[in-house]
Amino acid sequence: MAQNWALAGMVAALLLVATTVGQIIKSQPQLGLNPAAVAAFNGRVRSWWIICCMLSVAFLPITPAVTVALFGCLSFWALREFITLTPTRLGDHRALFWVFFLFTPLQYVLVAMDLYRLYSILIPVYAFLFIPARVAIAGDPKRFLERVAKIQSGLLVCVYCLSFAPALLYLKNIQPAERSRLLFFFVTMALLSEALQYIWSRTYGQHVIAPAINATRTWEGLLGGTASTALVAWALSLFTPFTHWQAALMGMIIAVMGFAGAMTMSAIKRDRGVRDYGTLVEGHGGVLDRIDAICFAAPVFYHVTRQILA
Amino acid sequence: MLTEFALTTLARLLSGASVRWIDSQPDTCQRIYFANHTSHLDVILVWSALPHHVRELTRPVAAKDYWSRGWIRRHIAKSYNALLIDRKQVKVHQSPVDMMLQEMGTQHSVIIFPEGGRRSEDGIGEFKSGLYYLAKKRPDLELVPVYIENMNRILPRGEFLPVPLLSCVSFGPPIYLESAEAKVQFLKRARAAVISLKEIE
Repeated sequence: MAQNWALAGMVAALLLVATTVGQIIKSQPQLGLNPAAVAAFNGRVRSWWIICCMLSVAFLPITPAVTVALFGCLSFWALREFITLTPTRLGDHRALFWVFFLFTPLQYVLVAMDLYRLYSILIPVYAFLFIPARVAIAGDPKRFLERVAKIQSGLLVCVYCLSFAPALLYLKNIQPAERSRLLFFFVTMALLSEALQYIWSRTYGQHVIAPAINATRTWEGLLGGTASTALVAWALSLFTPFTHWQAALMGMIIAVMGFAGAMTMSAIKRDRGVRDYGTLVEGHGGVLDRIDAICFAAPVFYHVTRQILA
Repeated sequence: MLTEFALTTLARLLSGASVRWIDSQPDTCQRIYFANHTSHLDVILVWSALPHHVRELTRPVAAKDYWSRGWIRRHIAKSYNALLIDRKQVKVHQSPVDMMLQEMGTQHSVIIFPEGGRRSEDGIGEFKSGLYYLAKKRPDLELVPVYIENMNRILPRGEFLPVPLLSCVSFGPPIYLESAEAKVQFLKRARAAVISLKEIE
């Protein structure tokens, strides 16, 4: 219990620092920072507050199904943004209907029922087979494989991958309080690694990895961000079921996978010619922009943790 | 009241609609909102995009033969204060345009879809002439172009199951009928006004 409060206090302190920094650089235009970058930073901090407040639900003495449902809503919204951005044709309509109203809820229901053997194959096997068949029956052959692949990837990234984050609450061999902290540790590390990679890129960034995909991601950012995330994870291992070295390794995994997720989503956005999923429809914050790192890191983190605890 | 709230909420959830006012503002003055038409939800979407005090004075125009059939449709039409126009019984001194103007009086605004029917494919069809005659008889009315984005993907024609993508309703600056402007010219200009909203990012 005391550990929970200590963790909550530390995270709140970190967020307060980030908020203060954001407000200071916003009110000091003479620093010569790019106002768009400052606004982006403040938007990110705001979304961290929201995510952390949402996650505190996992600590309440109620069924973990509530947290699962929250992640379900997040998935639903992210998938919405993904498919809105993807050009689909009339023939995809019925397949999309089942994707949104059958596979997405079902995946989270299975997670909440702790049916690992079902939810780990529902989308990669059954949805994977269902989507092309349903699109084929609709009878529009134009760019068939491309359209099917787009729906499949959207479902995999936004729903399947993300559902492994709340699945942490059902891991065996640890206490319920520890599971909640594990989820919190995972999400905090994923968000922190994004921030650290950004800071390293800004400060020491020289070698851009793929300018056509994302001009702000550098090798220095990746290496520095991964190393510093591992360091923080090492220090926070007290709150996790891991040893110091295991926690550091987890930090590295989260940072690298988060980087992979951000790069992949950037590539999709560049292909569609938009900067953020949020700008696609004005007034909606891009959920997908915020959770891309979490989506990619969640399944890997889940499986490695499961292996360690086994 | 309850039906209105339930339908508006449902339509908003399903369409995730955001609203943009481009070089124009919501106002209670008499207006004709004219929009592209791709889905059954269009009316509800445009209507619920308006602020409450404007919405109270705005009436969607709908076909009487369709919306007066059965209790549910009648109830929906009533809760939206729809202005039902008889498409079948058009008489010489009771043209739809006259009936609309009569019903509008000096207070109400209306929402119309000048393409006539819903479009099944992308793009905006040619406008029917009703908009022109409305503008000609009441040159004081503000004609506000409205572009509804993505609704043809959310609930396409011929489908009854919606897919909850994100859509956007854009209101543009009002246009007016120029003096001595020909019908074809005016309708072209009105259509271009809707299309131009599509291109603004």
